[in-house]
Amino acid sequence: MSALLQAEKLGVRLGGREVLTDLGLRIDAGWTALVGPNGAGKSTLLRALAGLQPPSRGRVTLQGRALRSIPPAERARSLAWLAQQGEVTGELTVRETVELGRIAHLGLLGTPGPADRAAVERAIDLTECHEWQDRRLHELSGGERQRVLLARVLATEAPLLLLDEPTTHLDAPHQVALARMFRRLARDGRQARAILSVLHDLPVALRADRLLVLARGRLCADGAPTDAAVQAALVQVFEGAIRIETDDRGAPRLSLALDDGPDDAQALR
Amino acid sequence: MAGAPDAVAVDTRRRRRLAGRMALAIALGIAAGLATGSAGFSPSAFWADLAGGDAGLILGQIRAPRTLGAALAGALLGLSGAISQGLFRNPLADPYLLGSASGAALGVVLVLAAASLGGAYISLSAAAWIEQAGLVTAAFVGALAGVGLTLALARGAVQTLRLLLAGVVVGVLLGAVSDLITVASPDALRGKQAFMLGSTSFLGWNALALMCVGLAVLLALARRYARALDALTLGEDSAASLGLDLSRVRLALVSMLSLGTALAVSQAGLVAFVGLVAPHLVRRSAPGPHGWLLQASAGMGAALLLGADVVARSLIAPQELPVGVVTAVLGGCYLLWLLRQRSAR
Repeated sequence: MSALLQAEKLGVRLGGREVLTDLGLRIDAGWTALVGPNGAGKSTLLRALAGLQPPSRGRVTLQGRALRSIPPAERARSLAWLAQQGEVTGELTVRETVELGRIAHLGLLGTPGPADRAAVERAIDLTECHEWQDRRLHELSGGERQRVLLARVLATEAPLLLLDEPTTHLDAPHQVALARMFRRLARDGRQARAILSVLHDLPVALRADRLLVLARGRLCADGAPTDAAVQAALVQVFEGAIRIETDDRGAPRLSLALDDGPDDAQALR
Repeated sequence: MAGAPDAVAVDTRRRRRLAGRMALAIALGIAAGLATGSAGFSPSAFWADLAGGDAGLILGQIRAPRTLGAALAGALLGLSGAISQGLFRNPLADPYLLGSASGAALGVVLVLAAASLGGAYISLSAAAWIEQAGLVTAAFVGALAGVGLTLALARGAVQTLRLLLAGVVVGVLLGAVSDLITVASPDALRGKQAFMLGSTSFLGWNALALMCVGLAVLLALARRYARALDALTLGEDSAASLGLDLSRVRLALVSMLSLGTALAVSQAGLVAFVGLVAPHLVRRSAPGPHGWLLQASAGMGAALLLGADVVARSLIAPQELPVGVVTAVLGGCYLLWLLRQRSAR
């Protein structure tokens, strides 16, 4: 059976530099977290998988079809993408922004029907944006805006969500809520979604079903966060700056290795 | 949820209020335009003209077409400005960005130079043909050719930044060619200057019909592309991820804004600031999605140019100021006021 999304021997060059090298992976239903140090190529990989960055080598397929051969609207109904930094201009309200998620279903002139309205309502509910749904985006805080942009992605009802740092600007309660929502969406019996999210918040990433560790454009590890090899790869790519321990319930717990190196006075000397 | 319906109601009320005010301003502007003649703005002179034997000529053939034409040219510029600002995601973008202004100016200079040199170098029949083809056609073709050249240099509408850079290059190059021609043919300089400053004095009923059809087509297309412009507010990549074919959307929007600009500048010259300021005023008074913003900017552009035209015709009557000078002064003052307000915040 063909994967929902698959990359084969994927390579991307940007400005003469090889950003992704010979990368192969398949994404199916479930929540997958993509982690790695700065400059590892995480956002580029997500953009290539979303069809926004043409690969210099290899190919990406969506349900067995070459991504590049799928018309934009059809692709957008299957695959939604959230930008790393939600750059927003204009005067749209929260609800109008979330409604944009239905463009692939409505076209440029279609009037939203009951299914579209229900999808928008569900997305606003899931991200808890109801309270300020009629405010304009530029009036919101960074975290609130991030939730709106996430709601716009959810409103597409696409089976595959590619999210570049969805926890940016979110406070701790909303990070926890987001992690729970991803797990719920990934296990929804009606329509289990495939979620691939780039995450810098490693404690949140460790709650995912699967962890992809990327460094210098190559995939270093791929497996469950409880897998010892994946954890070792994670510690290695972050140069020992993190520690992973297992708690009483067998869940991995992450902390920063603040006390392991030379003390501050020595480092400054 | 408390208070949410109120916000929607407030938005709707603001838009209705602005639409009402614009309609009133346009109606008053048309009335004032009809009442502005060689004696300046004078309602009593208007009634005398109406009762006089030349009413058909003065009002029907001169003042009515130029007044209504000012409204249509303003609407085209306002609409084109709103499209340009949405396409480039920049509130300072104006409709002349992509080479239409320099192309139109070059077209005008070429015809003027050809006509002035005609006696010496070309046959009488060719000179007559050039005169017949007229400055309007030259400006229209020049504006479209300027944008065409920009598109060719940018290799289509694939990248916004490349498009903008190509627009700058075309503006500079065509401007230099215009200057070179005016050095060789100084007679063309005066004509070019008049064109650059804008004027509604040559507008006739044929021009009106053309602009009317153009505006109707563009407003219909604007309705179609409003949602795409809304999607672009989230960034180009996000808009593409929503299922839009950005190259096609950009090309359609560039074509629309070039057609609107070419129609306006070919009839009224390079009227400054209307395309830049009209969408600003709408956003400040009654913000909303592009479905509203595009139509309202057309209305605001019409009201602005009508007002500026009346001022230009009445301030130093019986002489006239170029309407572009008035819009430039008013637009500049508005932006300065905006700047001061922002720094005061």
